[in-house]
Amino acid sequence: MSESASFDPPYLHPDYRSTVLRAPRRPLVRLPDEWFHHAPGPVFGRVPVAPTDSDLTRQHPGEPLGERIIITGRVLDGDGHAVPNTLVEIWQANAAGRYVDPGDDHPAPLDPNFTGAGRCLTDGEGHYRFVTVKPGAYPWRNHPNAWRPAHVHFSLFGHELVSRLVTQMYFPGDPLMPYDPILQAIPDPRGRERLVARFDIQTTEPEWALGYSWDIVLRGRSATPMDA
Amino acid sequence: MADVPTPSQTVGPFFAFALPFAGGQQAADGAGPESVRIQGQLLDGADEPVPDGLLEVWQTDQFARSQTDPEGAFHFVVRKPPAIPGPNGALQAPHLNVIVFARGLLKHLVTRLYFPDEAAANAVDAVLQEVEPERRHTLIARDDGGVLHFDVHLQGEDETVFFAS
Repeated sequence: MSESASFDPPYLHPDYRSTVLRAPRRPLVRLPDEWFHHAPGPVFGRVPVAPTDSDLTRQHPGEPLGERIIITGRVLDGDGHAVPNTLVEIWQANAAGRYVDPGDDHPAPLDPNFTGAGRCLTDGEGHYRFVTVKPGAYPWRNHPNAWRPAHVHFSLFGHELVSRLVTQMYFPGDPLMPYDPILQAIPDPRGRERLVARFDIQTTEPEWALGYSWDIVLRGRSATPMDA
Repeated sequence: MADVPTPSQTVGPFFAFALPFAGGQQAADGAGPESVRIQGQLLDGADEPVPDGLLEVWQTDQFARSQTDPEGAFHFVVRKPPAIPGPNGALQAPHLNVIVFARGLLKHLVTRLYFPDEAAANAVDAVLQEVEPERRHTLIARDDGGVLHFDVHLQGEDETVFFAS
């Protein structure tokens, strides 16, 4: 498979209205892959990560409302190797479909016990794990009766410039997915499928939380082990 | 086994409570002689400010992140990087990698910021040579009384050059 194989959406996707004035109109200048691979990622020690940052249900005195869930998976590179010790950031709406962000004017309640932002570092085998509540769907004004399917935003770094990824994770069986121009901007159904988590009874904790499993593949590859 | 990477989706409009962090705009303390302030505006195809953008600067050990304000303005404080060799072994002109996220960008954009006081190095930089001469100015910051000014135009006459691999 070629290094450049991609399920990415195009920049311009007029069904998603905000792309029209923001997608670059000139062709991107293509550089050989190694120019990107040659730009190693920066040190992320500056972004503070506390152990409690990965449990979004325990960031306030009380418990948030909603369906408690666990989201876990592995971060892998293009060769299928684990990406250890890399920063994963997530953010999402609350169970009612409302973001804490002051720009969100959807008339659904804020939850005083839920912010909706989390961070963690992958472990030595590339595993990440978050505890949160399932986000609600919410309306937006892209087109008449437009609703975003429930989703969690993810931001990942990996080893190098080429591996930077911001994406969204969706939930299996969500009936809004076929109507969503952001998800549907991905032309290949296999690509869209890659953004849908799997309900996982193994991750599900009895009498506590439903489990979802979602692996993430970053572009590029891990550094070749140094010769001794 | 090689696998196709997970596809990209937009950062959306509502990340400001999650991604910015204290001191995130400063990769340098601002006191050292090599430290430089960079400011600019993120603009759309109607030349309107993009008030819900997020930019990141990457360069070896430096990382900084700035959301745009209602005027589309962002700023960073970084150390001016040295010339580093490219994959072909030749020295590249000092530059910063800049990544742009925004609502309406289904995938982030990657560009480079070059320094206005490096005319000789810029003239032979291998990546700048890949860019049509009349568009190179979009990658070179402007010295504005000791502050470097670098606007990012997503579209239009002065559309910034963006790179892909």
